[in-house]
Amino acid sequence: MRAEKELRVRPIRNGTVIDRILAGQSMNVLKILRIKGAYSEVVTMAMNVPSKALGQKDIVKIENRELEEKELDKISLISPGATINIIRDFEVADKYQVELPEIVESMVKCINPNCISNTNEPVTSKFEVKKDPVQLRCIYCENIITESIAEHLL
Amino acid sequence: MLLSMRFERRHIISMKDFTRDEMDYILDRAAKLEPLARGGRSDLLAGKILALLFYEPSTRTRMSFETAMLRLGGNVLNLGSKEATSIVKGETLADMIRVVSTYSDAIVQRHPSEGSALMAAEFSLVPIINGGDGAGHHPTQTLLDLYTIRKESHLDNLDIAIVGDLKYGRTVHSLTYALSLYGANITLVSPPQLKMPDQIKADLKARGARVSETENLEEILNNIDVLYMTRIQKERFPDPTEYKKVAGAYKITTGHLENVRDSMIIMHPLPRVYEIDGSVDTSSHARYFEQSFYGVPIRMALLTIVMGVEV
Repeated sequence: MRAEKELRVRPIRNGTVIDRILAGQSMNVLKILRIKGAYSEVVTMAMNVPSKALGQKDIVKIENRELEEKELDKISLISPGATINIIRDFEVADKYQVELPEIVESMVKCINPNCISNTNEPVTSKFEVKKDPVQLRCIYCENIITESIAEHLL
Repeated sequence: MLLSMRFERRHIISMKDFTRDEMDYILDRAAKLEPLARGGRSDLLAGKILALLFYEPSTRTRMSFETAMLRLGGNVLNLGSKEATSIVKGETLADMIRVVSTYSDAIVQRHPSEGSALMAAEFSLVPIINGGDGAGHHPTQTLLDLYTIRKESHLDNLDIAIVGDLKYGRTVHSLTYALSLYGANITLVSPPQLKMPDQIKADLKARGARVSETENLEEILNNIDVLYMTRIQKERFPDPTEYKKVAGAYKITTGHLENVRDSMIIMHPLPRVYEIDGSVDTSSHARYFEQSFYGVPIRMALLTIVMGVEV
């Protein structure tokens, strides 16, 4: 715990701390949250932080932002054990673990170029989600995505 | 609930949607209708219209659906060539389905994209029957294969060898899945580059099938009830000499049949190219042309079922 405290450079007044991110996935979390160079709020990112439970983990802290459900679902796909801490006035107002949804819709692009969800038809991608490890099975073409899910996020 | 009620107005998309009871129900219905398929005439589907939407070439599937409908006194609407339709204007399949489903009582569809039949079902007012969705499913082929096996051999305690392209062949994946519900003993025979994907094999074993693999066709020929041959496509091989070698190794001639079980039957979804020598056609083991015919009673059965007509 001490190592964690040392790395949390400065507590945030209001915002979200995403903790216990799978080591190496914090950049993808930023991508999901569409945080790029021009983002105006303070964002702190820590990679490969020693963790008793995980060995190593990543942490992302964002000031003045609470996450939307769709963003949480996407984070759960790439890091199912991540926890969300909502900070209000320096206090943890709420804390919970992201939850893998049973179905994800319009969040992931099917890897099969010949899938009907990758055409100009009026359908959005839809996947069934399996846990441990996370597996996405396309409802339409039944192709399964197991690796590099972050690369296929819409 | 009665099985017939479970089927009425239901879409036929994938064999994975069927229980064994439901498959048996369809096969029983086909057996009842077979005399009509052989040249009878009935008014069971009089006044009903079947729309055929084939976005890809088809001979047997399309023609056997037409025959089935006509023998039952119904009518068919054909999409015709793509050039003559609004597809060339860029109309989506979804719009086409929304329109055509107001003209017909059921739609048979073949489309090059995987998942297209399931999507069509989301937009259709009438049952969709999947006549092939890219490399996806082709359930009516599987049902006619099961019918052939039940009629010309037996479904219980079946020893079957499936030969050829087991990696990409959609008919093979659906068939092995269905056979797994009958606890079949399945031997997969293919060159290494066309082996059945591991995931499908695991799935089959989990559902009760006994599955083994070999590259050597001759090794298993004398211990099977059904030899199911499939076409090996040239385009799967970057090197033409490699293709020739493989195609030659999986070709059945009368010479192979000397020591097989007397009751062993040979099936093929057709079209065949080199896999079965013409000399085999007249042997007592050949059943591929009967198999092709059984597409008619099976499709008659499905049409009466989805249109809610009792037989």
